Amino acid sequence: MSELQDFDPAKAAPFMLQHGHSGWLGLRYRDHGTDWVELELPWREDLIGETDRMVLASGPIISLLDMASGLAIWTMVRKFVPIATLDLRVDYQRPARDHASVIGRVECYRNTRSAAFVRGIAHDGDPDNPVAHMAGCFMAINGEVRHVPG
Amino acid sequence: MSPAEHHPLPAYARSLGIRYDREEDGIPVLAVDFGASVEGRPQHYHGGATSGLLENAGYAALRVTLEGIGREHQLKPINITVQFLSAGKSKPMYAKGRITKLGRRNANLVVEAWQDDRERPVATAVMNILMGAPAEK
Repeated sequence: MSELQDFDPAKAAPFMLQHGHSGWLGLRYRDHGTDWVELELPWREDLIGETDRMVLASGPIISLLDMASGLAIWTMVRKFVPIATLDLRVDYQRPARDHASVIGRVECYRNTRSAAFVRGIAHDGDPDNPVAHMAGCFMAINGEVRHVPG
Repeated sequence: MSPAEHHPLPAYARSLGIRYDREEDGIPVLAVDFGASVEGRPQHYHGGATSGLLENAGYAALRVTLEGIGREHQLKPINITVQFLSAGKSKPMYAKGRITKLGRRNANLVVEAWQDDRERPVATAVMNILMGAPAEK
């Protein structure tokens, strides 16, 4: 479908993020490049992970990075294709700061006919001091994730 | 006392709709019903919501186990690796953790999430959790 060509995350993300789990989390588009996308998870009291600290739970950070991964893949291949997360690994370096929003930045560093590989970080203001690192692998659901000639 | 009374789930888990479903061999089984808050592509679970259920089931298993042996710790995530095995459909999902190693400072767990058929998990996770000094009250 021609309208799905030239996937533009700046236009598509706000629409895609308003539904379901992403909408519930309040994920927001921030920025993108040719092979990366940056989203923001705003701090919210009902997303905290511990009873005694005002820190975002680790679960929503997985969701943030998963969603940024999908958008990074579509941005790199320049079209929307159905994909499924095969696996996702998150290493937590430290808790986010109290009342801090968390930013997830994910790049698609390799895309083959059947799989796309992503890596990224989550940070709370300083990308040089991440909250978490992430690595993941996605598969195309129907057909293949193809390179689109530039 | 039931785990629900003794270990209230974190705000994030309750807000997402995660609940204690039952106990098996002293380990809690967590559940979540399908709804907008967990939906990814239409009529399917979002991978992040599935991960949230797995992670909470892991913490629940560890908290109950530590309590059973009289240990008190503040738990912190080290890492989690989630394997997505099949699409989560629009029905309830369950998850239960198993401790594979309980050390002095860290624990390693495997967690499985399933829907209709327990022999065909929707997703599994491996987690390492740091067990620090108890939080000051």
